[in-house]
Amino acid sequence: MSYHLSIIGTLDNPLFELSFGSSKQGGDGVAKFRPEALYMNQFLVHAALDLVEEVQWVSKDLYLKRIDSHQNNHIHCFLTGGNVKFMLLMNPDPQATTYSAYPTTPASRPGTQAGGRQSGGATGTTGAGGMLAANPTSQGTEEAVRAFMNEVYETWLKCIMNPFYTANQVVTSPVFRSRVLAAGRKYL
Amino acid sequence: MPGMAKPPPPPALTHQLADPIPIPPPKPFQPRLRHPSSRKTIYDRNLSRTQTTPTSLPAFAYLFHALITHHHSLSGSVSDIETRLNRAGYPLGIKLLDLLLYRQQTASQRPATRPTRIVELLQFIHTTLWRALWGRTADALEQSTTKRNEYMIVDNEPVVNTYISIPREMSQLNCAAFVAGIVEGVCDAAGFGMEGVTAHWASAQGEAKGEGKEVEEMWPGKTIFLLRFSEEAVGREEAIKANGG
Repeated sequence: MSYHLSIIGTLDNPLFELSFGSSKQGGDGVAKFRPEALYMNQFLVHAALDLVEEVQWVSKDLYLKRIDSHQNNHIHCFLTGGNVKFMLLMNPDPQATTYSAYPTTPASRPGTQAGGRQSGGATGTTGAGGMLAANPTSQGTEEAVRAFMNEVYETWLKCIMNPFYTANQVVTSPVFRSRVLAAGRKYL
Repeated sequence: MPGMAKPPPPPALTHQLADPIPIPPPKPFQPRLRHPSSRKTIYDRNLSRTQTTPTSLPAFAYLFHALITHHHSLSGSVSDIETRLNRAGYPLGIKLLDLLLYRQQTASQRPATRPTRIVELLQFIHTTLWRALWGRTADALEQSTTKRNEYMIVDNEPVVNTYISIPREMSQLNCAAFVAGIVEGVCDAAGFGMEGVTAHWASAQGEAKGEGKEVEEMWPGKTIFLLRFSEEAVGREEAIKANGG
């Protein structure tokens, strides 16, 4: 189960991007995307921005839940008061996701069957985030992503309260990055 | 110059340096991010205000006075200074919107809601923003009868003007333009494009008739903030209303 978090500013410019993997159920926290995902992730997130703008004026919530799916990728969005969007792209099985209509090269790393796969008899309940890869559209997943987004929101607030941070500036702080990674480890 | 010795020839490679102070070894690479000695970064500070001691008004007044003097020295005209003060307050508004939404959320345990309609946004500014800045709500909120996109927030005595005295030749200048900048930042960040927010004196000869005149004299510093929303914000508002809000 791999994730890609992007923070998009008010001018549709990315301010922060991070790829990471699930740490639950023996995952090692490293994203396992295919090489095409490097640009395809950004493309999918950018395309989902249109949907965010549609929902933005209808709903008053900050967390907009799952707004888009493409093949295996699901995109969740959280909108801050200042019109900054946190887009989380999650992919339960990145090696099997082919972005093009034609079959491309087979999965480059066949050995990576670990991670958030639902196989392996982990029958014990591991809390809300345990079986995220098993059903990515379930309520439990939404709750886990919501909790993650709230953590990132708090960290983001602390980042923008910096008086030297101007609007729509790229976030480069390593502390911010480590906080987001820690939140990802905790909830996803 | 006479008396000055010729500089010594550059030492050959085999020449021993006879300095009494040895050159220290090169320092190891240190990352640019510096931590204070308590190892606490800005990410460790609490977002909600834990103690309610108010910030010092004289300190703010001193800083504000220095800001006005700085802008006054750079440009002379009244409208120019007002524009500069407006732009100085703008980034504050952007950050305050998010922070206040977050504090509302932690205080009431309900998830925060963004203002999506103009009326909600104005209520938010009128109560929450004013209370966060100065501990009281603004005094009045009005909609202009002549133009659809103009709204007015009235403050009888803006705190920022407490220690500012304006010379007679610049009596048009209202330093609450700084606060107008904050309000504009809040509106812009919420997604409502603004044509501008300006601060005006509520002059006695302007609008008062009858008992209104006494009111104006009671509050000589009464300030009206005029918020002018852009056409697209008003259009969107109408569209939402037409769809059943």
